[in-house]
Amino acid sequence: MNKIQRVMGILFGGALWTATGPAWAEWELNLTEGVTEISREVFDMHMTVMWICFWIGVIVFGAMAISIVKHRKSKGVTPATFHESTFAEILWTIIPFVILISMAFPAAKMLIKMEDTSDAEITIKVTGHQWKWEYEYLDSGVKFISSLHADSREAATPGSGIDPTTVDNYLLEVDNPVVLPTGKKVRFLLTSSDVIHAWWIPAFAIKKDAIPGFINEMWTVVDEEGTYRGQCAELCGRQHGFMPIVVEARSEAEYDEWVTAQLAAAEVAASSADREWAMDELMERGEKVYGTYCAACHQANGNGIAGVFPALNGSPMVLEDIEGHINIILNGKPGTAMQAFAAQLNDADIAAVVTYERNAWENETGEIIQPATVKSMRIQ
Amino acid sequence: MNAQATDAHHDSDHDHHGPAPGLMRWVTTTNHKDIGTLYLWFSLIMFFIGGLMALVIRSELFQPGLQLVDPHFFNQMTTMHALVMIFGVVMPAFVGLANWMLPMMIGAPDMALPRMNNWSFWILPFGFAMMLSTLLMEGGGPAAGWTLYPPLSLQTGDAFPFLIFSIHLLGVSSIMGAINIVATIMNLRAPGMTFMKMPLFVWTWFITAYLLIAVMPVLAGAVTMLLTDKFFGTSFFDAAGGGDPVMFQHIFWFFGHPEVYILILPSFGLVSEIIPTFSRKRLFGYSSMVYATASIAFLSFIVWAHHMFTVGMPLAGEIFFMFTTMLIAVPTGVKVFNWVSTMWRGAMTFETPMLFALGFVVMFTIGGFSGLMLAMTPIDFQYHDTYFVVAHFHYVLVPGAIYGIIGGVYYWLPKWTGNMYSESLGKMHFWLSTIFVNVLFFPMHFVGLAGMPRRIPDYSVQFADFNQIATIGAFGFGFSQILLLVLVVKCIRGGEKATDQVWEGAEGLEWTVSSPAPYHTFSPQPVIK
Amino acid sequence: MKKQISTRHLFIIPIAMFGFGYLMVPIYDVFCDLTGLNGKTGSISEAQAQVISVDENRLIKVEFISSLNQGAEWEFAPVVKSMMVNPGRSYSTSYTAVNQLDMEMVGQAIPSVSPGKAASYFNKTECFCFNQQKFAANEEKDMPLTFVVDPELPDDISTVTLSYTFFDVNSRIN
Repeated sequence: MNKIQRVMGILFGGALWTATGPAWAEWELNLTEGVTEISREVFDMHMTVMWICFWIGVIVFGAMAISIVKHRKSKGVTPATFHESTFAEILWTIIPFVILISMAFPAAKMLIKMEDTSDAEITIKVTGHQWKWEYEYLDSGVKFISSLHADSREAATPGSGIDPTTVDNYLLEVDNPVVLPTGKKVRFLLTSSDVIHAWWIPAFAIKKDAIPGFINEMWTVVDEEGTYRGQCAELCGRQHGFMPIVVEARSEAEYDEWVTAQLAAAEVAASSADREWAMDELMERGEKVYGTYCAACHQANGNGIAGVFPALNGSPMVLEDIEGHINIILNGKPGTAMQAFAAQLNDADIAAVVTYERNAWENETGEIIQPATVKSMRIQ
Repeated sequence: MNAQATDAHHDSDHDHHGPAPGLMRWVTTTNHKDIGTLYLWFSLIMFFIGGLMALVIRSELFQPGLQLVDPHFFNQMTTMHALVMIFGVVMPAFVGLANWMLPMMIGAPDMALPRMNNWSFWILPFGFAMMLSTLLMEGGGPAAGWTLYPPLSLQTGDAFPFLIFSIHLLGVSSIMGAINIVATIMNLRAPGMTFMKMPLFVWTWFITAYLLIAVMPVLAGAVTMLLTDKFFGTSFFDAAGGGDPVMFQHIFWFFGHPEVYILILPSFGLVSEIIPTFSRKRLFGYSSMVYATASIAFLSFIVWAHHMFTVGMPLAGEIFFMFTTMLIAVPTGVKVFNWVSTMWRGAMTFETPMLFALGFVVMFTIGGFSGLMLAMTPIDFQYHDTYFVVAHFHYVLVPGAIYGIIGGVYYWLPKWTGNMYSESLGKMHFWLSTIFVNVLFFPMHFVGLAGMPRRIPDYSVQFADFNQIATIGAFGFGFSQILLLVLVVKCIRGGEKATDQVWEGAEGLEWTVSSPAPYHTFSPQPVIK
Repeated sequence: MKKQISTRHLFIIPIAMFGFGYLMVPIYDVFCDLTGLNGKTGSISEAQAQVISVDENRLIKVEFISSLNQGAEWEFAPVVKSMMVNPGRSYSTSYTAVNQLDMEMVGQAIPSVSPGKAASYFNKTECFCFNQQKFAANEEKDMPLTFVVDPELPDDISTVTLSYTFFDVNSRIN
């Protein structure tokens, strides 16, 4: 009963909003105005076109309504016999044509502006993967993979029992957000390693396809600091709805700090194979890596999906064959969805995830796999 | 031009008094009315199958979180729902109506190529059996969307070759049907039935048939290239071999955009038959309607890339396709203005076919408005691949194309069965459908603008309310269609006897034969003065 | 009689249109060459490159980036990330690739240039992308590239990005 009342309330409310106009500007009902010059121009054009359509609608539907009310047989009218008017036909060809031209020219102008990627200060290469995004800052060399946040991933697992409304930014949160400085022209170079994806942030009004083998360009200048969320906008397979995009716009100083921290962390990771790792350390890192790369198919609980993705929980390979286990992660399994991770994950990541898989859930082998082991298997 | 005329007819192929008895009547029939009936029943069955798929989609989207189906199965449902509705419902329904009514509207005894007519229908059930069977195969059915964009569509499992062959079969069926219609209109018009005297339904179908003949083979070519890319080492769409996945989109939409008009032009024709009848006034601007239809068909060949504004086209391309797409609003507007002018100062009554036609004009126009918004490249970047697009094309296809078809069925049902249908059931069907279709599709504009991408099985919680409303609308609309089935069955079983003219304001050759229309009509052909 | 002729004509249309679908492939290629769509870069001979006059007053930034397609097990990167070049002068640089696998592998690099309209002004006289590249197990290769930017490059372009995506083409050969 409660739910029905709520729904009815929204229905009536929606009708009222439609009638009163200003509420159109509210989020969730209309396009966002966004935080860039382009996005505000796009919003204005959207509103203009919508009002033009609205008034044409009023005229056409108004005329129809008058006919329906007044020119009905039950009122005893005799039908008129006119059925042609060259003047009217020319009139309603020319007037719409003029309206359209007046809309098309500003649109073309805006398009020229949107396509001008010159003089960018920062360039970020964005690569779409099934089903995560990879970012590489060409100027500073910062490079990372960004995928759905583990909380959302867990809640989206069938049978998890977690109510999505309790998860912050359900399906719109990632582990590693893109960080941008405000007020600087940022150029994105888009490509993909498998199928076509599309990178979209509504608040910036930019969307473009990421196509394997080719690069596409687009740009933005973000005015306000804040966190902006978007999603992949081109069907890219099973997890298409689960590869969000999060951009954090920060002040220039904070951005520089972030870059320095990222580079330092990358250096630490590079030397990871040269030292002994503790079990806790590996398990902690392994859980993260698992959530990012493995859980999409093998599921957070390690049970896979029967008939589609094999379970790791209790799998003989995971419990016994160490070499086979590392090997399948490095090189993938041809002919299946299991891809090779040799290029994407470093030695510590692989060692951690192997250790994690061998000690998580009901798998209790107690084995620790060191990054050095992985490194030696790479070179073989 | 009545029952007596048919008795004089001699046809060496069959019993000239009526249909052969038993089931074989339907398998071997070459009679345009029988084949029309088969097409229409087939389309109705597919309508319910495609509708069930839509309900699976809407059920999963009732609330955030994954509850009912795996995302991969969800993708199969969106893909199959589109293929079934386009190739299994709207197109066969149009061909069915054409089969039944075209010969009667132009005073022809039958279709020009009756044996091919039988073939073009009977290919369909096999094609669809093959297509639907892919859902049971290893790796599931096609899940890359009905547009089959590579490289994603090349990840399809065992289903892939079956999918391609079934698309070939459906293509062959439509091409044969279209050739038959062109041949009939060109050669079998009654003496005196000049082109500019043809009813508008005939005209729109004539133009549609040419579109079909021109673009279905292009689709066949595109999917054949996919097939050879997957199995025979060609690389039309694979960058590694010098191909380009975007080229598929260009070829596909070169077919796809005319296809969109194939799905709507005959409905324009149907509405142009119904509105004058119930307004008791001749269609306003007949010749401009014909020219508008022809220009829409022409423009449909030069607008295709507006489906792919985000692929990274050169600026000049984006501007060109924006201009041409916006131009389509002109002839489409002419049609809407003409329909409204036809009603103006008429003497309207509101029987069920008229209600559906009026619903068509209003809601198709709403879909046209969102189409105009989508045509504008800079703002399309925001709308592209969101629920705003889903709302747009469902507005032009459901209360557009489908309302036209349902209106046509109500309009001619008394002519087919000889009985009047139940007007109260019909009105109930209209009002329930119209309320629920808006509850279903209108909220999609809002979630789309708010940023919900299409083809996702699960969404962020801020979209939950409108999705819930849409799902309620979907179930309401779906179950309302059962009324149509009940009504048609009741009408076939009996009811108040229909007169020959059926509707007070009806004009045209089909209303001069008796109700129900005899098995053979118009041999000898009537002469139109 | 009239009926048969027109019907036969009708069947010719779908057959011709099926062919037209295939014809769109070369048409698209020509279109891409003309507009630089998809970064189909130009290629000219060394002799041709010699005769182009050098524009000393203009400096263009050329960026080099690399990508790996799914299943391509190489380490693949440009030796330099960017260069400042004078249009009309010939420059050489290279990419390095390391086969990560224990077996012989064949790769193919696919070029793409952004912005698209710069592509037809970006001429290569020598490029590893002209041929498939064969790698022995774990082999490391330095793959050269020589190019000339056409002085006719539109004035509003100051940065040209050249991207190579490395594809594993073993399955294509077998």
